[in-house]
Amino acid sequence: MTAIAVTSAPARSRTSRRQWVGLLYVLPAVALVTVFFVIPLGMTAWMSLNNWPLMGEHSFVGLDNYFAILRDTRFWNALKFTFYYTVIVTIAIFAVAFPLAIFIEKPRPLTNLYRTAFFMPAVVGFASASLLWSWLLNVDSGLFSPAAYELGLIGKKINLLATFQPAFWSIIAMVVWKVAGFTMIILMTGLQSIPQDLQEAAVIDGAGPFARFRAITLPLMRRTLALALILSVAGSILAFDQFYIILRGGPRNQTLTAVYWIFNQSFVSFKLGYGAALSMVLLAILVALSLIQLWLLRKPEGLD
Amino acid sequence: MAEAMSQNRKIGFSLARHSTGIIASVLFLAPIVWTVLSTFKPAQEARQPPLPPWPTTGFSIENYQTLNSFGDGLWVSAQNSIYVSVMTVLLSVLVSVLAGYGFSRFRFPFRDFFFVLILSTIMIPFQSILTPIFLVLTKLGLHNTLTGLVCVYVTLQLPFSIFMMRNAFDAVPREIEEAARMDGANNVTMLVKVMLPLVWPGVVTIALFAFLGAWNEFLAALVLMTDQSKFTLPVMMTALQSGRFGAIDWGAVQAGVTVMMVPCLILFLALQRFYIRGLMAGAVK
Repeated sequence: MTAIAVTSAPARSRTSRRQWVGLLYVLPAVALVTVFFVIPLGMTAWMSLNNWPLMGEHSFVGLDNYFAILRDTRFWNALKFTFYYTVIVTIAIFAVAFPLAIFIEKPRPLTNLYRTAFFMPAVVGFASASLLWSWLLNVDSGLFSPAAYELGLIGKKINLLATFQPAFWSIIAMVVWKVAGFTMIILMTGLQSIPQDLQEAAVIDGAGPFARFRAITLPLMRRTLALALILSVAGSILAFDQFYIILRGGPRNQTLTAVYWIFNQSFVSFKLGYGAALSMVLLAILVALSLIQLWLLRKPEGLD
Repeated sequence: MAEAMSQNRKIGFSLARHSTGIIASVLFLAPIVWTVLSTFKPAQEARQPPLPPWPTTGFSIENYQTLNSFGDGLWVSAQNSIYVSVMTVLLSVLVSVLAGYGFSRFRFPFRDFFFVLILSTIMIPFQSILTPIFLVLTKLGLHNTLTGLVCVYVTLQLPFSIFMMRNAFDAVPREIEEAARMDGANNVTMLVKVMLPLVWPGVVTIALFAFLGAWNEFLAALVLMTDQSKFTLPVMMTALQSGRFGAIDWGAVQAGVTVMMVPCLILFLALQRFYIRGLMAGAVK
């Protein structure tokens, strides 16, 4: 306390000048975020109010693009499909990742080896994984259909990508294969943070494994579960790579996702203004999700 | 008697555990192993279904050789990918170390505002601002250049890596700095000579995430790189797989996928500790 009181005025101004140097350190980061994020974000909002072709002058059209969205049944179909995919794939990922997380939670012989094996597909990119599976799913040169045929499971080779149901479930299988290890690690951190003596006390009180899971594991994992859930939901709503690479939005445009539709409008049809308006809708959905996330991840009451 | 039974149960449990572990491991690894083995078939054989996955008519690297015959060749795309990924790593490490240090150790006007601004970009999907990014790059003369792509990738890495680095610097006791300052170290020597060795694990973590992010990114590269000579590997391989260069050569696709996967797998296996650390930091906070 006294040390601060006796600090002389020149020394204090030297300190505050030294503090200003901090601004120089963060400047490159702030500049990058401004130029490649904040400005583009503002431009998206502005462009959505304009008719904006790739070449030629753009013109202000007010909310016309948004009215057009209301009539754009193919966008609503894409959005509907995106939500359908999100729900199914999230359930599938959790159904695989949660048992795996419990399996690798405690340090036992070879656990690290299994954990690494389960996680490997997660470091492969979505594009690589999609290219890989597009081969495995191919009817002539791939694995699944020919293997099932060789084993006598099917009478003739089936093109898995030709109709909606098998194509959709193939994508689900591929995404679960790729993402489950990632979700598993996040859930594992939650499991490991549960105090061991709590479980032991419950065992002494005669609680079965199922009761313990419901009364201890799930409530204490709330924040981890919420995080894994939001990551999965946000990632799935933005899905593009796998549907573009494996299915090209087919069969019969039934697997166009929201991002895919925006991509088509902006970079295939070059309706940049309309694409920006669609982007604003997507953005609103994702920001709403983030707000839900902040609410779910809030610190539990009484604990900090 | 009771002891023997519990012994039996133990063995039974262990057996069940390891068979589950092995079966699950095989399921997760099979697609990767299947692809890598198949790439060594002669082109003729690679067109047939991969049953069995290993080459039966002789070992060959033909599939890798033909990769270079499509368009500008796979080697050009591989070079582009390497350049973009390495530059993204270097730049994002540089920018995030500086910013992390600044946010952790200095009090200046708007500090908290800037920090929240950078972190909040993680809430906005970059997919929704690709068109204006395209226009901004055109304005800056970076349209269709690898440098432009690097700038975008670095910006996408910043919220995670600055958050990581600020925490890393926060964890360094201030006494260390004060002692160094007594010895006459200025800010820059302090950062490089004193602080950097202490936050090194954080640097490796953000470098690893930056590399994987840049190496694997697809949509932005697809949209922003319009010239084939600027394609990164994912864009080039998708063009090849879509039949843009004539009939689809599945042997070449397998080889290309292997080239794309192997660096990620090696880096992950070598630096697994740092990767998990990064995930934990993101998950816990």
